[in-house]
Parts: sequence; structure tokens; C-alpha cells
Amino acid sequence: MWRRSYLVGLLAVVLLSWLGWGQAGHEYVVPATTTLKAIAQETLGDAAYAPAVMRATNAKSLADPTYLKIRTLDMEIPEGAKLWIPERAWAKAFMAFWDPNRPEDLFGGGKLVVGSWWTAGGEAEGLNALFEIYDEYYPDVQIVNATIAGGAGFVFRAVIKPRLIAGDPPDTFQLHAGLEVEGYSPETYLTPLDKLYEIEGWNKVLPKDLLDLLVYKGHYWGVPVNIHRANVLWYDKAIFDKYGITPPENWDEFFAICEKLKAEGVVPFVMGNAGGWEAAHLFETILISTLGAEGYKGLWTGETPWSSEGVTKALEIMKKILDYVNPDYAALSWDGAGEYLIAHKGAMMIMGDWTNGWFMAKGYEDYGWAPVPDTGGIFDALSDTFCLPKRAPNPINALGWLMVCGSKEGQIAFNTRKGSIPARTDLTAAEKAQFNPYLRSCMDDFARDAIVPSVIHGAAAIESWVTDFKDAVNLFLATKDVAGTQRALVEAAEAALKG
Amino acid sequence: MTVGRRRIPWQRALLYIVLVGFAAFYLMPVYVLVVTSLKSFAEVNLYRMWDLPHSFSLESFKKALIGGFGYTGLAHNFVNSFYVAIPATLASAFLGSLNGYVLSKWRFRGSNTLFTLLLFGMFIPYQSILIPLVQTLMKIGLYGTIPGLILAHTVYGIPITTLIFRNYYATVPKELVEAARIDGAGVLGVYTRIMLPVSMPGFAVVMIWQFTSIWNDFLFAVTIAQNPAVQPVTVALNNLAGSYIVEWNVQMAGSLMAALPTLLVYIFLGRYFMRGLLAGSLKG
Amino acid sequence: MRRRRLKGERLVTLLLLLPSVIAVGVFVYGFIGWTGYVSMSNWNQLLPDYTFVGLKNFFKLFAHPRFQIDLCNLAVFTALFLTGSLAIGFLLAVLLDRKVRGEGFFRTIYLYPMSLSFIVTGVVWRWLMNPGSPQMGSTGINLLLEKIGLGFLKSGWYTDPRVGIKAVAVAAIWQMSGYVMAMYLAGLRGIPEELREAARVDGASEWQVYRYVILPLLRPITLGAVIILGHISLKIYDLIVAMTGPGIGFSCDVPAYFMWETTFHANRFAQGAAIAIILLLMVSLLIVPYLIFSVRREAEV
Repeated sequence: MWRRSYLVGLLAVVLLSWLGWGQAGHEYVVPATTTLKAIAQETLGDAAYAPAVMRATNAKSLADPTYLKIRTLDMEIPEGAKLWIPERAWAKAFMAFWDPNRPEDLFGGGKLVVGSWWTAGGEAEGLNALFEIYDEYYPDVQIVNATIAGGAGFVFRAVIKPRLIAGDPPDTFQLHAGLEVEGYSPETYLTPLDKLYEIEGWNKVLPKDLLDLLVYKGHYWGVPVNIHRANVLWYDKAIFDKYGITPPENWDEFFAICEKLKAEGVVPFVMGNAGGWEAAHLFETILISTLGAEGYKGLWTGETPWSSEGVTKALEIMKKILDYVNPDYAALSWDGAGEYLIAHKGAMMIMGDWTNGWFMAKGYEDYGWAPVPDTGGIFDALSDTFCLPKRAPNPINALGWLMVCGSKEGQIAFNTRKGSIPARTDLTAAEKAQFNPYLRSCMDDFARDAIVPSVIHGAAAIESWVTDFKDAVNLFLATKDVAGTQRALVEAAEAALKG
Repeated sequence: MTVGRRRIPWQRALLYIVLVGFAAFYLMPVYVLVVTSLKSFAEVNLYRMWDLPHSFSLESFKKALIGGFGYTGLAHNFVNSFYVAIPATLASAFLGSLNGYVLSKWRFRGSNTLFTLLLFGMFIPYQSILIPLVQTLMKIGLYGTIPGLILAHTVYGIPITTLIFRNYYATVPKELVEAARIDGAGVLGVYTRIMLPVSMPGFAVVMIWQFTSIWNDFLFAVTIAQNPAVQPVTVALNNLAGSYIVEWNVQMAGSLMAALPTLLVYIFLGRYFMRGLLAGSLKG
Repeated sequence: MRRRRLKGERLVTLLLLLPSVIAVGVFVYGFIGWTGYVSMSNWNQLLPDYTFVGLKNFFKLFAHPRFQIDLCNLAVFTALFLTGSLAIGFLLAVLLDRKVRGEGFFRTIYLYPMSLSFIVTGVVWRWLMNPGSPQMGSTGINLLLEKIGLGFLKSGWYTDPRVGIKAVAVAAIWQMSGYVMAMYLAGLRGIPEELREAARVDGASEWQVYRYVILPLLRPITLGAVIILGHISLKIYDLIVAMTGPGIGFSCDVPAYFMWETTFHANRFAQGAAIAIILLLMVSLLIVPYLIFSVRREAEV
């Protein structure tokens, strides 16, 4: 047995030293004085890859001075000079995205400014894991973590948008997959990533539903790192066991449980709306339950009218839930509400699966999960992506970042720490084993359930519609006026769909 | 000391009771801040916020200052805040002093209108000008830098500092100015010889006010100071809260530390503030 | 005798004012102009769109339910904040003026909240005014009230849509009333004792002394405080973000918060600019008459 692990270790060492600490590729010692183009032809099969070779070598030379510093593309390469030949896929990507008017990109080094709103906890750990991987491949680049806290990018958006307008964006920034990208006027401010998808083969390993989500105006604009599920019902096992309850499969069962628990003095359903979006998140999952996957999707394309019965029913259900909810929900964010479960004072909560990561961080293990009533077989998905702004100061560094984000290695490292599942579906069983039980079951569901886009998390609708939707729900919490709110939702849809 | 008024003891007692009562009202939030920041993360509990910590722990202060996982501490952000606040305070105070002097002692036709126009700048909602501000700073190459932040704070501080100094200098008798002019002093001469020497209370009020608002500013800081290396402490403090998970003890400890400089300014220099007010600076 | 202004002197004064004039000209009026122009444009996505649409955005705003609630909230907040701060500030100043032992100590305690940022205030008061729940127990002020036997005074505070922004006003009063106190104290100290004595000798009661002698003399301070507090109130934003967010049914929402969301989240830049212009106009209504009045009054002196 020890012999096997010894062998694995040896293999790893060989592999690593072949890979080198740094960009994937191999070294190449020039046999006779020649040009870069000839070298590219010789090693990569196409003279046009010369700039890629130049860049890779220059980057390498910043860390290791034994490599040649190439000053111009048509410089004579002396005999005995050491070059670094990148992998063909990398070279292809480089050539697809490099702007010949930017000779500065041929020299390596520089910064990578990453904008996000991941500032603490598992999110920050995940981001750091990605940074570490990036640093291994591109040690010549200085990573700047330009993160700004504020749930769902509350503050971040106000910072990034003026920068985009003024023409000074970071090299890459976080963006939800889906129609949220419309809010960034991508044709003007972002670079389409179609070629990168092709070269990296992402259209083969990302599920079709996700790929459909990622397309806007015919192009891909972001690279997804993770998937979160929004329609999850979390419950406290202690309370359920005590009162002999099983997870509800439909709303009738749900309300029966609520009645029973209310009589016992337990808060049947907890919610926190301090962030302003949590109640709308709940309502979104209820809409899925009353309209089904296709009906729900149709709401956002105009196929399902907002005046339909399914929407009325959803509002009625939401109204009824408000009778069973904790009275202080306006003061609590979703994790404040989660404290009820941990204290065994509240029974059920509907929230995205970042809740799972939070429970684990709090050391709470006595919980169970189920799909939101009547949404079994439907996966309400949201995804975080990174994009490439058109005027990024270091576009090639950003390109490397995107490749790390889309790689299996990057996605496993990120998601095991953040508590979400990779966007890629090509993980082996051994790789999946690195994730906790909830996440493993989530991956299975993702592979077989019907996937619908979350609206409150930027996938299903453009930002202005999301805001209007959120506002309508917020007013509903106070007025409980089903007809009025439905009218407001109809108007919001009209405003968004015609524009 | 008024003569002929009897001090009724119960009235005095009532007076002190009321004063102490108000003091409790004002100190109540600080109690929560301090007590929470001295607790460990496990102990922090919304429903026992008034309880004293079981075991005093400076862990949260350390974490807030040096950093925990995923965030760097506030230490270098404090330095950034000083880099921004001190020059901007001095610059806006100086400009305000000059403006206030000219507008109060060297009136010309339209100087009142000019003053009103200058003053109006105090009232714009800053969120509404973020975009042109970013664009303008980018054009002059100061976006994302500390000098850019200093510029923004100086410019938007000019209205209030001008107001304070103008009102303050209005109390300086015209005769002194006259006398100096007869002696042959020009505009700047009068300023340096007559105005500056008596300006201390005015500067006290202005600098305390400006230092406080600049130190506490979040909006300009988060918009202009992009690079974490140059961010002031208010932005870093905001980042101590994760988007989903908040370590309240660290948050409160960080808030306390971030509030310390301005707090100390008010505690130790408060009397100069009062003196400046007495001298007529903020009479309106 | 009219003094002659030497030409050179005139030039120097103008030069001294020039940097400020240019700075304010660009950073204030230039930007206001830009905002005004955008408010009448069709810019409703990230890519700027400057097509002129007249006052359409303004009409839409006033018909928008959220904005209507915001204006109500702002009116309630401003009224409470102003009266509360002025009343408490004045009261404290009067009390402290009575040769109190430890005056410096009390004064510092009342004044220090002003040194905090609205964000810190918001975070703490968010906790303080969290009502708690029957299951988890009370917290914050409710808990304190329970402990001292005044449990019947408990309230939902900002979680109760009927209270909403009034709770935020309490936090704001906490922060700024010390400043009002400092101003009034300075003002009271500036009133010569002889005036009060004269009134008392004339037979006025203490209360009448205040009403007919002191308060009128403090009017400039009151006006000054109203201006400063008024403009803080109209622009209030940080406190809402840190303390309550928009609240249930927008019971804590204010125009500045709406402006932020609609600009940077809904990408309705034109609408955001329109809100800004409306805020500016409201501030002008408050400030400009006062400015003209006080400046003219000075010219007469």
C-alpha cells in the first residue's frame, strides 16, 4: 500500500516538474539562430503563434532570468536561447483575443484587478483558492483583489458602472449569469468570449440550459464558476422529529405543518428581509411551484401573462405564509432568520443553498433539505461569472483568469470552499467525493432536473425588471393586496418587455 | 452669580437626574459597541446584547486590525484615511479662510450673490454626481488615487468652510481692517496681520468639522479609491462584513477603532469647538 | 466717506477667490448642469443615451408609488428630526447653562455622537431597535425596557410599517442633537447677563425671560441649525442603508436611497438624475430664501 502512494507521489512530482511552476507548456532551447515565427511553426505548427510564444517566454523570464527576454516580434533569436512554448490551446486563445495594437501585452507582468463582492467567509476563501491557482500559472502577474462588500453587489454596482462609463474598468469582474449582463450594455463595454468557449471546449461540459442562459444577443459574455440552487426548503430535524413531521411535498402539507407548529409555539416558517431581496427570493420559488418550469420561464419571455391564475395563486400562498412567519423578519437578514433553526425555535426556511455553507460554518448539523413544495424536479439556478471588459488594462492577464475560472481545477477548488457546485458537469466520481453530501445531491439534481433561471439573482430578467419585481413584492409585504400587486407585476413586465 | 434667587435643592436634583438620564441615552449605543466587540464570535448573540462578556477577548480587535481569513485588516486603511483627511482638511480650511475673509471684508458688487452661489454647493446630493465626478477625475488623471480623493473632499468642503469663516470674520471689527489699510497693508497684508492671528477659533471649528466629515465619508471613498491599497478605513470597514455572513464582534470592534480618531478629536478638542462656536462661527 | 478700492486690490481679491470659484463652478454647477440634462434625457441603460425627452421623467416619478411613499417618509423624517433635535438640543443647553458641576463631562457625552459616521450609528441602532420575537426573546431597546419593567412600551420599531422611518429619526436625533446643544449653549453664553437681569427686574418670570428675551436672540442659531439639519435630512442615505434598508412596504425608504437603487441597480440613470434634481429643488426651497434674507439683512447692518 505504501508502494502505491509512493508511486502516486513520484508521478505527481514528475507531472509537476513537467508542468513547471508556471504556465503550462514546455521549455525549448533554440538549436540555431532563427526567428520567432520559425520557432512557432516548428513547435506549435503555425507561424502565426509567434506573439503567443513571445508573451509566454517574456512572462516566464520575469520569474526565471535564464529565459530569453524577447523585445520585438521580428528579433533574431540566438542559438542556445531558452524559450517557453505555451500549450496550443493557450496560444490559440491568446491569438484570438490579443489586439495587435497593444504591443505592451507581449511582455507579461502587470496586474490583474479582480472586481467582486466576495469579501468574507467561504466566498473569500473560494476566491483566494482561485487566486492561488492563478498565481501558480502566472507568477509574473500581481493580483489585486478589488472586492467591495454589500449583498448581491449593492455597493459594487455603483462603483463598477461609473468606471465602465468612464472607460477605466478593472481587468475582470463578477457578474451573474443571465440577463443581468444587459445592465452592462455588453456590446459596448464587454468583450464577447465565444472563441474562448470554443477553444476551451466549454460548450461541451456546461449543461445546455446554462449555456442558453449565458447567451445574450448571440454571444457569451461571462465564464461561470459556480451554480447555486435557490428553491431549497431547509428544516430543523429536531423539531420535525419531535412532532413527527416529514418534509412537505406540496403547499397543503406545508400549511398543515405550519398550523400544527404554530399551535405548539414554534415559529413554523422563518424569513429575514433586511437585505430587501429575501422575500422576493421566496416569492420567486412560489411562482415556480404554481406555474411549473415552463410556465415560470414564460413569465420572463412574455409567453406567460402575469395576469394568469398561477401568479394570483402564488400571491395568495405568499400572503398565507406571512401569517406564519417570524414577526421580526424586517430586522433580520437571511442568516439572522437562520438562527431560529439553529436555536430550534423555528422550523422551516426557504433560501438558496449558500445556507448550507453557513450552517456548516456555525457548526449546525441537525438540518435537512428538500425542494420547495411543488417544485420537485425543478432546479432554480443562479450562477456567478467573470467577464472581460473591453477596455481592461491587462486583457491577457484577464484571459488567463477566465481560463482558470473555467477549468476543472479552478472550479473544484472554488466550489468546495464556497459551498456551491461547479458549473462544469464533467467531474469524475472521485472529484465529486470532495464535496459534502448536500452538494453531491445538488450536483445530481442539477444534472437531471429541469433548470429554470432565478430572477432575483440576475438570471431571468434584466436589472430594471428585477428591481421592479423586488419593489412590488416589498409593497405586498405591507399591503397584502393581491390584485394591486399583480397589476404592478403586469406593468413591470410590460415596461421591461417592450423596451 | 444671580442675586436673590434661591437654589431649590429638589430642582437641582431633578436637573442632575435629567442630565444623567440623557447621558445614559447617549451612551447606550456605545455600551453595545464596546461590549459586543469584547466578545468572541461564538458568544455574540443578538438576544443577549446587553450582557457583559463572559470572558473578555481582544480577538475581534486583533482580527479587525490585522485581518482574518479573506480580508486584510484595517491597519493600512487607517493610514490612508489620514493621508486623505489631513491634507483635505487643511486645504479646505485654508481656502475657506481666504474666501471668508474676502467675502466679509472686501465686499464688491455681487459678492453676496457669489457667496450664495458658493454656499449652494453644500446642498447637492453627492450620489447624483458620482458619474461626472469619476469622469472628470479620470480626465485629469487623478481617478483611483489619494490625491484625487483629497481634491474631491477639498472642493466639496469649500462651501461649508467659507460659510463658517465668513460668519466668523464678520465679527472682526471693520476698524481694525481700516487701521491696517491706512498703514499701507494690501489685501494679503491685512489677512496675515489682522485676520490670521485671531483665526484660531474659526480654524478650530472648521478643522474639527471637516476632519470629521472627511474621515467618516464612505461615498467618495468607495467610488474614487478603487485600489484596496489606497482605500480609507470606511470602505475597509464595510468590507469586514461579508456579503452573506457578518462577524458582528469584528464589525463592532472595527467600527470602534475607525471612530476613534474623530471621537478623540471631539473629546479632547471639543472645548475649542465650543470656543469657536462662541466666537460666532456657526451662528448661521 | 467712500473708500476707494485700488485696482490692484480688486484684482487680488478676485484672484484669491478664483480657485474656489473655478472648483465650485465645475464640480458643483457643471455637475448639476450635467445632472439636469440627464434628468431630461432617455438614459435608461448603462450606455448613455442623451435624447431629450423633456419633463417626462419627472411626471413618471411623481406617479411612482415608491417615490410617493419616499416623499411622505422624508416629510415625516425631516419634521421629527428637526423638532426633536432642536427641542432636545435647546433643553440640554438650557440645563447645562445653569452652572452645572461636570458641565464639560456632560457636554462631551452629548456631543460625541456627532463624531461618528452615519454608518456606524446605523449599524448600532439597527441592533438596538431590533424588536426580537416572542420565540427568540426580545432584544435591543425592547429587552432593556423589559428589564426595567417598562415592557409595555415595546414596539416593533422599524419592523413595524406604521413606525418605519420614525425609528430612524430617533437614531438621527441621537446623533445630531448634541451639535444643536453646542450651538445653543454658545448662543446662551453670548447673551449678556444684564439683559436677563433687566427682564427679571421688570418682573418677568423665568419662563417669560426665556420666551421674550432669550429665544428671540437665539433665532439666528435656530435658523442656522434648521439649515444644517435640514439639508442633512433631505440628503439622508447612509443611515438608511446601514440601519434599515427600505423597510417593509418602503416604510423606511427615502428619495436618496431610491435614487441609488434606480441608478445603479435598475440602470435608470435618467430617473436617478430626476430624483436628484427634485432633491436639489427641495433643498433650494428651504435654503435660498433664507440665504437671500440673511445676506440682505447683513448688508443693512
